[in-house]
Amino acid sequence: MYSVKILSTGLSLPSRTITNDDLAKVEETDDAWIRKRTGIGERRFTGEGESANQLALDAARSALEKSGVSKEGIGLVMVATLSGNYSTPSVASQMQEPLGLPKDIPYLDVNAACSGAAYAIEFARSYLAANLNPEKPYAIVTGVEELSKLLDPSDRTTNILFGDGAGAVVMTLAEDSYASTLGAESSLAINCGGAKNSLSLNTPDASHTPSYIRMDGKEVFRFAVRILPYCISETVSKAGLTLEDIDWFICHQANKRIIDHVVRAMKLPAEKFYCNVDHIGNTSGASIFICLAEMEEQGLMHSGDTLLLAGFGSGLTWGSCLVMYR
Amino acid sequence: MDFEKLQELIADNLDVDKEDVKPEAKLIDDLDADSLAVVELQMAIEDEAGVKIPDEDVQKLVTVQDIVDEIEKCKKA
Repeated sequence: MYSVKILSTGLSLPSRTITNDDLAKVEETDDAWIRKRTGIGERRFTGEGESANQLALDAARSALEKSGVSKEGIGLVMVATLSGNYSTPSVASQMQEPLGLPKDIPYLDVNAACSGAAYAIEFARSYLAANLNPEKPYAIVTGVEELSKLLDPSDRTTNILFGDGAGAVVMTLAEDSYASTLGAESSLAINCGGAKNSLSLNTPDASHTPSYIRMDGKEVFRFAVRILPYCISETVSKAGLTLEDIDWFICHQANKRIIDHVVRAMKLPAEKFYCNVDHIGNTSGASIFICLAEMEEQGLMHSGDTLLLAGFGSGLTWGSCLVMYR
Repeated sequence: MDFEKLQELIADNLDVDKEDVKPEAKLIDDLDADSLAVVELQMAIEDEAGVKIPDEDVQKLVTVQDIVDEIEKCKKA
């Protein structure tokens, strides 16, 4: 089976840093309360002139430039997101012209919420492995969110958690140990927006509910600490590897407490888990991509490193896969 | 699960001294637990005692003694 090799990464974070103290100015909360429950100290929000589409584009452009891959070699553009500028068109389709990419390749967004990274990377791998376009063996896969636009000002149990940002990778196929674990079970424990509640010709009397993120935190926590160990063990064992073979575990950054729980429960070395939730918050589909890009910037990944990605989120979905750093 | 084992489990999960885990100690007010810590504790007790504590019962657990009683109740059920 073909595996995934990451050639380069790109990062784009919006300009406004919002600290816990900033939130405490507009709602009843405080820094110690947020830190203790989530491990989050600050997050980024978009400001004037910034948007999800722009962040995604900047991250993808940066990854593409660093990869040294020619634009003609790109065979697929995918974006993991639930908060692009528009429900349609997709974020991915809006990258074609500004990046000067070929028109005759697929551009699509994937909505697997916080499991988006592994979902997108696995489907990009499968598509490239089908080898429909042998002269275009590379994919640009981006994760972006602008969740600040979806936060309920009156719900301090959710609005302290989320942030904005984008990360991207240029990937290709390799021949190495590989496995992925993707799945879902139907639940509305985390939900947001959509046509259901929108005021329209068809539902002129509907009360228009703004598209806020709704989440049952305890339910999601319970799900996360059950599914993450499953994803990690399943992916490692299907690939014929052991936990010791993994150089880095990169989990979706929802809450430091979830990662701490997994480290404790699985008796894994905490230093192999990259965490940035303290300064990025939860960026859903973008979180693992932002981790990868920060790790590359900090020189934490070495050539040939085996990384295990694992996410969980709205759906409820889960997604894990292995990637190799160039 | 005897009381000492439960004490250890609670002390470990809530990061408090075992001596403070007295029957009358309140999880949230005395032992500084928050809602996620209660969920973690619930899961740890379920694993250790081999019982399933219904979610609606978890909300009613205020003191350490309430947990002892709940485990007994679940074992009989």
